[in-house]
Amino acid sequence: MTLTGDRVSGSSIWSITLPRSQLVQTLERVAIDVARPAAYDVDKHARFPSETVHVLREVNALGAAVPQELGGGGSPLLELARMCTALSTGCAASGMVLAMHHIQVLSLARHHGGNREVKRYLERVAAEQRLIASVTSEVGPSGDMRQSVAAVQSIAGDGYSLEKHATTISYGAHADDLLITARKNEKTVPSDQVLVLAQRGQYELSDVGTWDTLGMRGTCSPGATVRARGESWQVLDTPFGYVATLTMVPVSHVLWGAVWLGIASDAMSRAQVMVRKKARANPGVVPRAAQKLTEVAAKLQMMKNEVHSLAAEHDALHAANDVTWLSSLPFALKINNLKLSASRLVVEITQDALQICGIEAYKNNSQFSVGRNLRDACSAGLMIHNDRIVQTNESLLLVQKGT
Amino acid sequence: MFLAMQPGTAMATINSSSAESGTSAVAQVEARVRDVLSAHAQLQGVIDSLAGSTSLYEHGMTSRASVTVMLALEGEFEIEFPDAMLRRDVFESLDAITRAVCELLAGR
Repeated sequence: MTLTGDRVSGSSIWSITLPRSQLVQTLERVAIDVARPAAYDVDKHARFPSETVHVLREVNALGAAVPQELGGGGSPLLELARMCTALSTGCAASGMVLAMHHIQVLSLARHHGGNREVKRYLERVAAEQRLIASVTSEVGPSGDMRQSVAAVQSIAGDGYSLEKHATTISYGAHADDLLITARKNEKTVPSDQVLVLAQRGQYELSDVGTWDTLGMRGTCSPGATVRARGESWQVLDTPFGYVATLTMVPVSHVLWGAVWLGIASDAMSRAQVMVRKKARANPGVVPRAAQKLTEVAAKLQMMKNEVHSLAAEHDALHAANDVTWLSSLPFALKINNLKLSASRLVVEITQDALQICGIEAYKNNSQFSVGRNLRDACSAGLMIHNDRIVQTNESLLLVQKGT
Repeated sequence: MFLAMQPGTAMATINSSSAESGTSAVAQVEARVRDVLSAHAQLQGVIDSLAGSTSLYEHGMTSRASVTVMLALEGEFEIEFPDAMLRRDVFESLDAITRAVCELLAGR
């Protein structure tokens, strides 16, 4: 068996062209009927999109990533990506909340190592539609999530305690449970990390900061001090480095890319409507803006292809249990390139849409407004900061031989 | 690297004419790998006493440090790790790395 740079099984390529699943279509409706109408207020007041998350629970969207044998939807990554894109066309903050949640669920679902308690917890995630938030950032290591200062303390008898100063916790105040990274114990090195689950009632957030940002305002992501106590099984056996490489990083980049794709798609839709309007006003004459529209369409297609093909490749490798390729340097490079590319394209596409629509898009709260799209898009290069990813890629390219 | 790999015959060469020099050849490789790790893996604690099967990642070798180790190994042994070998498990421990380096030396 040889490993090649484009190792994807035949069937997964064609899955990109399959029709959207029922769940994706449902989320398209949720985006139009619930998320979009609330988006202006969510953004204006930087408040949590509670009405949208309420409906996500009603349609069992929060259990989509839980394996079917544990009562969840068992959705492959490609479907999860499409869900996030669909929701993000209406409200990117809602889409990002869903994306972050799916990332936590998949990290648990793929690395429980057979632990019965973790599996039972996942069953509850599906049955109760529990929302999980991520606590990976930290004062000190900042955006480097592969290092921790906070360490797990063992409690005599049975259990753990943990105190961590996080610089940002997306929707931390609105989640049921938290998935926290920390050092395995007080004596070990910063990179020897574990994942720790804290359920509602087992943790408290204090010294909560403020979240008044340019975009993604509804994600409500201020920093906070987390104090948690729980049972031993809630400290995952699988080393976090392993979880990060195989699941958390690739899934994060794919699902964030999917959210950004939703932002870009929505901006492009507005541009299309504007150009069509101009064309109708002067039938027979192709509007000047049509040329710019073709460039935007090409960029959007590139972005969509990149997100979907990486999602499909990850699904195929996971289905084949190809840990070898999933943990390889060339795959890591591809996953990083996806993040870099998608984070740049979303801003470009949104700016292009602004140029095409003109003053009508520059105004807020008009049919063609792309202000919120642009502000939300600006978060893409900062979460994780692209400089950090470029630095990693520099190292990876020093050793990779192929292209 | 692009020549057909014949690990069997080449390993026989490394293992040489007697069991004694065979063991020491691998041991020599291991010693040089240990030196590279000492210089570049940014591990906590003493490398000299590091057991062959100890997880380097759990002892402080970050992903970035592992790339530096890869480069240093390529320079030290004048080998190239093909992309297929640029995997987490290949650089997991001193034993794993020594095995990989021996394999590449054998195929040269």
